[in-house]
Amino acid sequence: MSVNKPCKGIRRLPFALGALLVLWSGVALADELNMRPGVTTISQSIFELHTIVLWICVVIGIIVFGAMFWSIIHHRKSSGHKPAQFHENTRLEILWTIVPTVILIVMAFPSTKTLVQMYDTSSPDMIVEVRGYQWKWQYKYLDENRNPAFSFFSILSTPIEERHNEVPKGEHYLLEVDEPLRIPVNKKVQFLVTSEDVIHSWWVPDFGLKRDAIPGTMNDIWAIVPTPGVYRGQCTELCGKDHGFMPVVVQAMEQDDFDAWYAERVEAQKERAALESMSFTADELMTQGEAVYTKYCASCHQANGQGVPPVFPALAGSPIATGDRDEHIARVVDGVAGTAMQAFGSQLSKAELAAVVHFERHSWGNNAGDLTQPVDVANVMAGN
Amino acid sequence: MSEVVDSHGHDDHDHGPDKGLARWLFTTNHKDIGTLYLWFSFAMFLIGGVLALGIRAELFEPGRQFFEPEFFNQLTTNHGLIMVFGAIMPAFVGLANWLVPMMIGAPDMALPRMNNLSFWILPFAFGMIISTLFMEGGGPNFGWTFYAPLSTTYAPPSTTYFIFAVHMMGASSIMGSINIIATILNMRAPGMTLMQMPLFVWTWLITAYLLLAVMPVLAGVVTMMLFDIHFGTSFFNAAGGGDPVMFQHIFWFFGHPEVYIMILPAFGVVSQIIPTFARKPLFGYDSMVYAVASIAFLSFIVWAHHMFTVGLPLAGQLFFMYATMLIAIPTGVKVFNWTATMWKGAMTFETPMLFAIAFVILFTIGGFSGLMLAITPADYQYQETYFVVAHFHYVLVPGAAFSIIAAVYYWLPKWCGRMYDERLGKLHFWLSFIAVNVTFFPQHFSGLAGMPRRIPDYAVQFADFNMMSSIGAFAFGLSQVLFLYIVVQAIRAGKPAPARAWEGAHGLEWTLPSPLPYHTFTHPPKVTAAEMHS
Ligand code: HEC
Ligand SMILES: [Cu+2]
Ligand SMILES: [Cu+2]
Repeated sequence: MSVNKPCKGIRRLPFALGALLVLWSGVALADELNMRPGVTTISQSIFELHTIVLWICVVIGIIVFGAMFWSIIHHRKSSGHKPAQFHENTRLEILWTIVPTVILIVMAFPSTKTLVQMYDTSSPDMIVEVRGYQWKWQYKYLDENRNPAFSFFSILSTPIEERHNEVPKGEHYLLEVDEPLRIPVNKKVQFLVTSEDVIHSWWVPDFGLKRDAIPGTMNDIWAIVPTPGVYRGQCTELCGKDHGFMPVVVQAMEQDDFDAWYAERVEAQKERAALESMSFTADELMTQGEAVYTKYCASCHQANGQGVPPVFPALAGSPIATGDRDEHIARVVDGVAGTAMQAFGSQLSKAELAAVVHFERHSWGNNAGDLTQPVDVANVMAGN
Repeated sequence: MSEVVDSHGHDDHDHGPDKGLARWLFTTNHKDIGTLYLWFSFAMFLIGGVLALGIRAELFEPGRQFFEPEFFNQLTTNHGLIMVFGAIMPAFVGLANWLVPMMIGAPDMALPRMNNLSFWILPFAFGMIISTLFMEGGGPNFGWTFYAPLSTTYAPPSTTYFIFAVHMMGASSIMGSINIIATILNMRAPGMTLMQMPLFVWTWLITAYLLLAVMPVLAGVVTMMLFDIHFGTSFFNAAGGGDPVMFQHIFWFFGHPEVYIMILPAFGVVSQIIPTFARKPLFGYDSMVYAVASIAFLSFIVWAHHMFTVGLPLAGQLFFMYATMLIAIPTGVKVFNWTATMWKGAMTFETPMLFAIAFVILFTIGGFSGLMLAITPADYQYQETYFVVAHFHYVLVPGAAFSIIAAVYYWLPKWCGRMYDERLGKLHFWLSFIAVNVTFFPQHFSGLAGMPRRIPDYAVQFADFNMMSSIGAFAFGLSQVLFLYIVVQAIRAGKPAPARAWEGAHGLEWTLPSPLPYHTFTHPPKVTAAEMHS
């Protein structure tokens, strides 16, 4: 055993650990390595709290590790140091119990203050319901009387080719959606967060907002965003296969722009209702149906209709997609309780439902040879 | 007990083990069972490690590399389950089996047959878990925390096997902890008071009580899942009047103490090793014991700090924030005590000491990020990001796992009477030390920059940190193959080690001859204050 030889390796330990400590304090110093301060007063108070605790840790670390390195260098047997035999020191022990306690009490005050502010959801200017689905977000705008004005889904728009490295990745790879949530600046916007299936979590780092979307529970949070811009985040609770692919994108707009957009959406909602009474040709149904399928169904049943059995069944050759049409419609409208198959009747318009059902019945070798019109969907729904 | 000793016959206490496989299948000898536990946990460490390398390979660059998201989720889930329940926990039980009887001067564990059973359940439990990966629909894919309803209504069919395996692991842990408690309370050599016990024994006594308290809670929660899946109940199904948040309360009521179950014995190991190589008694023995006891107590009232984002009422958030911050006090006391033990000692730096010092420092870094996570408003930004991944890997890898490695190097000369190769041991330390930091340190940054955990693909701004992590992970994995070589080489061809293998070592285990006889302390030893110091 080499107890008497000076061990060279250990001399490097203080330096290696010193380098680590420098790195750690680097967290506090370098912007790109640190938490983002964000744009709201809340996110900025969070950033301050983070900075304070981080520095407290760095200072304690320097003192404790410093003492340890000092003793590693000076109190070694190879340099002839004789061991002392003390094994307690009441005053010292009381001191290093009291000092941390005081530091913690000091930390508790600003933390409590910020938390109380975050929980003040009183008198919002506007309310948006945020609903998580496997694997998309639905944003429902409520009017002054808390009735739904309109709603839409916000779904990852990064093409699958980028994910499969077949084409170069865009600037906002995996952090882009087909339609962002839009809110006006300088208004207190309340978000009611809930879920339709499993637990998700809605996170916008720049607002300091993160709240779980839980089925059966409405969580409320709020933000006042002072600067226009696009803010990006992600779902942060494991929610199944495509958990990594349901980004949160929020666009904060000047009030005038927002109002114009809002009016447009309300108008579009009315036009959508008018489509319900129309009839379409087979070609129209196929084009529209493919678009709906790609956006809402392909994540589980796959673009080629093969699904991921046994969890997500194949639709190609499925007895439902090739059998009775009304049963097929009913399956899509009502979903299958207790499985990942959602009730799309409350998510899609009758025109979209008709199109997607027609598409499924005439793709990947399925050939039912019929037409599905919005009125058929309406009949099935009325029959329920 | 006395019956067992009598039936061994009076003249022959040195009869050896059975021959061949029967020795390992039917053994009731604490040393053999300790060996089984340790090899089993090492095998699980390698399997869990291979899964981790799968994760790191997939995350080497943005974009899909090798696996579909569905399989990626199975990798993360099984990596977590296997490392927590298959590697860390059984390794500590293995150490307890080897060391507790020898440290308290007992001939064996109090309940030797149950000891055999509690080990032999484990290979079946983990065989079952691993077999789910090959079943139709795949294995568990809902994270090692298996939040409902993802793990009930939306889970793959193999979940039922997973539930059964958890029950088996739980039964094994409960039996193991009953055994450890019974041994420590009843079988100490005459004259050894509780406050003379080595700290490793103390930490295990407290850990065993934690296990007894929370493993039934885990069994309860998986049983509720079973009922939701098969018998139409709605404990966690909101549509039937249940509450998914209740799952999290029950899970973390188990889960938080579980975290300390994985770290308290590590505190014990380090408290044995540092005094030896500092040649100086442990500083603040009493306060060490009280600190461990207060950490164990606090572990029962902080569970909801894992749930700061579920939307608890303000008063609840404040309570759990304050309670969590309190844990920093006893934890700080421990770190200060270890430092004070080194202070003015006469230190040498053999491999066990290197791992122990790295434990103190890197565990403390994990403790710092833990304190940051306790600050509820800040936690909103850290929760479920790679910052959390960095935090718990710092306390579990250079924390718990390093302490286990340190323990193996430290006691191996006693267990097999042979010395490992010190130069290779140091090489193993430096490789592991550098690799573990290259792997996990960058994860603090990717977390703060906003990368969620448990995702199979990520935005391009996280690319550099992920590549570093992946390189570090492969280096760390390979270094552990060196560990295997060192241990096997020592067992087969190491130089004979003296009875007291380390100059500064104290404790009854070092009074036994090397190599160890199959049965030790068949006559209780004399307990002297000098031997018990440390
Ligand atoms: C989140 C995953 C998911 C999405 C998205 C999804 N489905 Fe399904 N779908 C399922 C599952 C799971 C089943 C099987 C349910 C069961 O157990 O009967 C299913 C079953 C079906 C069936 C019956 C197939 C058969 O042979 O039993 C049809 C038809 C269907 N889905 C259509 C659709 C349409 C149309 C969409 C898009 C508007 C869609 N699904 C979107 C998961 C999904
Ligand atoms: Cu989600
Ligand atoms: Cu998610």
